[in-house]
This record gives sequence, C-alpha cells and structure tokens, in this order.
Amino acid sequence: MLATLLRRLVSLVVVLFCVVSATFLMVRLSPGGPFDSERKISPAIERALLAKYKLDGTLWQQYSGYIGDLLHGDLRLSTKYRNRSVNEILAQTLPVTLTLGSVSFLIATLSGVWLGAYAATRRGRFGDTAAMLAALLAISLPSFIVGPLSILVFSLWLGWLPVGGWGGLSHLVLPSLVLAAPFVATIARLMRGSMLETLNQDFIRTARAKGLSERTILYKHALRVAILPVVSYLGPLAANLLTGSIVVETVFNIPGAGGFFVNSILNRDGFLLGGVVIVYCILLVLLNLVVDIAYTALDRRISLQ
Amino acid sequence: MSDHLILRRILRSRTIVICGGILLVLTLVAFIIPWFLPASYRDTSSLQYASSSWAHPFGTDLNGHDLFYRILTATQVSLLVGICGAVVSLSIGSVYGLVAGYAGGRTDNAMMRLVDILYSVPRLVFILVLINTFNSSLKKFANSHGWQGLVDYSSIVILVLALGVIEWLTMARIVRGQVLALKTRQYVTAARALGQSHIRILFRHLLPNLLGVIIIYLTLTIPAVIIDESFLSFLGLGVQPPNASLGSLLSDGASAINPVRNLSWLLVFPAATMVAILLSLNFLGDALRDKLDPRK
Repeated sequence: MLATLLRRLVSLVVVLFCVVSATFLMVRLSPGGPFDSERKISPAIERALLAKYKLDGTLWQQYSGYIGDLLHGDLRLSTKYRNRSVNEILAQTLPVTLTLGSVSFLIATLSGVWLGAYAATRRGRFGDTAAMLAALLAISLPSFIVGPLSILVFSLWLGWLPVGGWGGLSHLVLPSLVLAAPFVATIARLMRGSMLETLNQDFIRTARAKGLSERTILYKHALRVAILPVVSYLGPLAANLLTGSIVVETVFNIPGAGGFFVNSILNRDGFLLGGVVIVYCILLVLLNLVVDIAYTALDRRISLQ
Repeated sequence: MSDHLILRRILRSRTIVICGGILLVLTLVAFIIPWFLPASYRDTSSLQYASSSWAHPFGTDLNGHDLFYRILTATQVSLLVGICGAVVSLSIGSVYGLVAGYAGGRTDNAMMRLVDILYSVPRLVFILVLINTFNSSLKKFANSHGWQGLVDYSSIVILVLALGVIEWLTMARIVRGQVLALKTRQYVTAARALGQSHIRILFRHLLPNLLGVIIIYLTLTIPAVIIDESFLSFLGLGVQPPNASLGSLLSDGASAINPVRNLSWLLVFPAATMVAILLSLNFLGDALRDKLDPRK
C-alpha cells in the first residue's frame, strides 16, 4: 500500500513536469510577446521589462530558470496585472473556484446517487422514465445555454436570486446548480445501471430470503456495491467541474480562477496561464489518487497494485 | 441480420424518425433559406435592437443585423464544425483503438494507460492553449502561400482539428473493446492462416465489422463537438467575428440581457436553435444505440 502510494506520487511528479514543460513551450513558441499590444517602447525599456519578467536569454535558460523558480514555489509575476504575482492572484481567486466546485461536487454526487437509486427501484414505471428523460435533457444542454437562460428567468423575470457576482449564499445557488446539473444526470444514469445489475445478484436474494426490509437491502447491502462505478467516475467529475466552472464563472461574473485563465490566454500572460494550469493539474492528480484510495477502501476485493 | 431488416427496425422507432426529421429540416433550412432572403438581410442596418416583427421574425441585434439570417448562417458553421470535428476524432479514435486492441499485451496496456491519463487532464484547457499557439502560425503559413480562403477561416480550421484531437478518447476505448472480442473470431484466424498482412486484416476484416458502432458514436460525437466549439466561441476564443457560430451568438445574447431593457430575443432564439439541434442529435444517438444493441 505504501509502495503503491509512493509510486503514484512519483508518477504525479512526472505528469506535472510534462504539463509544465508543454505549457511553457507552447506559450513561449507562439508568435507575439506579452508586451506587443502596447505603445511602441524603446529597446532599452523593452530590455529592462524582459529582464524584470525574466524573459531574456535563450529559450533553454528561460526554461531552466522557470523550473527552478517553480521548485521554490514561486509562480512568478503576471505580465498583465503589473506588480501582482501569480501566487497572489491564485491565493485570491482559487478559494472562490474551489468553493463553487466543491458545492457542485456535493450536489452532483448526493443527488445523482439518490436519483439513480430511486429510478432503479421504480424500473420501467413513471418515476424511472421521468428521471431518465430529465437526465438526458440535462446532459444534452451545456451550461452556457442553461446559465444565461436561468439568469433571464430566475433573476430578471422572477427576481428571486441575484444576477451574478460573489458574496452571500444566494450568490451560490444558481451557479452551483447550473454547474452541477449535467453531472447529476451522468451520475444518476451510472447509478441506475449498476443498481439494476446489483439488485439481480445472489446476495440480494439471500438478504430478501432472510426477511430484511426493502430499505435495509437497498441502502445497506445494494448501495455499497452499486456505488462503485460512481466512485471511479469522481476523478473525471472533478476535471469536468474545473473546466465547467470556467464558463459558469464567466456567465455569473464570479471572481474565480476560471476568468483569469481565459484572460491570461487573451493577454498572452504566460506565467499566469502556467500557474493556473499547474494548480489545476495538481488538484486533479491528487483527487484521482484520493478516489483510487477510496475505491479500494469501499471494495475489499480490489487492492491497490 | 440483413441491412434491410435493420433499416426497417430503425424506421419503426418513433424517436429516430422524429429526431432525424427535425435534424433534416433544420439542416435544409439553414443551408437553403439564406439564398432566398433579400440581400439587405446580410448587411448591418440602422434598425438597432428591433424586437420580432414580420420583416425580422427573430428581431435584430446591436448592429442592426437580422437575427434570423445570423442564426441560419451560425447553424451552418456549428453543424459543419460538428461534423468535420467528429469525423476527425472518429478517425483518430478508431485507428488508435484498432491498433491497441489488435496488438494486445503490453502495447495495448501502454496505449490505454495514455488514454486514462488524458481522460483525467482538463482537455478543454489544453485546447485553449493549443488553439492560441497554432492559430497565428497557420495564418502566417497560409499568408505566405497566398491561400486567402485559409486565412479567413484559419481559426475554424484549427478549431476543427483541435476538437477532433481531444474528442477521440471514448471512441478509442469502444473500438478497442470491440476489437478484443472480434479478433478471436474464426474468420480472423482464417485470414491469418491464409497469410494476410496485419494491415489487411485490420482494415478489410475488422473495420467493416465495426462500422455500425462507429456510425452510432458519430451521432453522439457531433453534439459533443458542437458543445465544445460553442464553449470556446462563448468565451471568445473559438469562431471569430465576422463569422459567427451558435456559441458566439449565445455569448452576444447573454451579455445583452439586462434588467433595464428587455432584449431577451437575442438570447432565447439562438438558445432554442441550439437546444433543438443538441437534443435531437442526442436522442437520435441514444435511440440508435438501443436499437442496434445486440444484447436486446
């Protein structure tokens, strides 16, 4: 178990190194520098600027310098938001993105599992059909359609919730629901399928024969096995939530890391872009590791190898 | 089962006929009607933010463009990007899956491990970086060769390629699974005994048997690519003006709505068009999959 953990951590470092190198190369090799959009500046000033942002020297010197700084935990300065370091920007925006993401994560897993189990127990009846139709609808409709439409209906026409921004709980309701909706549906479909399969197995028949109540069978025996496919989906779910929150943050004007990510591409702000990509990747790889550990803890038949 | 029987089973399903019909009508309208609209519809006009009327059924936008005409041309762009991107991704995915499944063993293991890793990376994030990196290079390349058409549409071409490159993972998994099952069949053993080359076995014997699965997933990949493209265009990183896709129209509409003045048609009509396309494609794909599933 410990050896496995170590091996996974090593592969994490390798993946991160590749991601960092790829991002750095793509940003540096693309035509156009970070100071191109401004007024014509004198060569002396440009040299000074390049030196300040450590963009002088050969490509190899820049690259090794950047990796060295990263190892010290320094994500460098943003070339657009002058005099603010990428560390500062991320420290301010990441908590917002993570709050939104984890609320959506909870909504997606809890309601998805419940909805899927509910549909499975009512197989072929009205509740099942309705739930699965709703799930297909939610999967088919992306958040950049549902988001603006929900603002139009719930904020502008009905006036129940704020249009956007960040602050109290009421600001969290629409964005987290819009972000979670397609994943509630995906999890519900996964859960329904595996629940139907589990309910056909022998140990459930044994439990029925023992005279256990339907409730105990469902929530104590079947759920534990049926939930496994959902658990293995949690890694991709986290990735999708992070990507999805870019749109949701834009739609609802939420000051999270997603908005800075989009802007850093438009502004050719290489270090900010690199910082966001690195942090996202660390989060994802760690989450995947946690998911794998949770999986083995739930299913004793599988051991981490 | 003969082709004739499959066709009859497909036509008997109400979902498939209705969704297919909606798609056919939408496509025909989007590609034919613009030719018959008066030329004034294509240009800007002084009629800013007019709500729907007989002259402009979907209203007009900030620049006095007729929204109906814009939605039709945007639908063309979205559908074309969706279809081309899906074809690119299916080609990559099926070749990758074919090779992995047929090779088996350690090669298969390594190839599928790569797919697993790519699955857990935020792919659209990398697409954003990729598009940004290569778009200007392609523009320069096209300029130096004097290909004006490519210069105008370079962002769309890059978009199609990039989207194809990220959406192939699911296809690779499905094809690999099928190949693993198919390659133990006797006709493959027979082909090998006859001394046929691996390439020939892959493309003459295995690929034709996979076509059904590939076509079904084509109908499910098209909406996925359309969604990805609109996601990028919505953020202002995909299709660039003066071209427009449904995603960029949605983005315009979303930024136009405000509490002071009701401009909801700018959002509602593009959204409705997109919902119709996505829903019918997804329902069609699901229904086709259920119909052709051999386990039923």
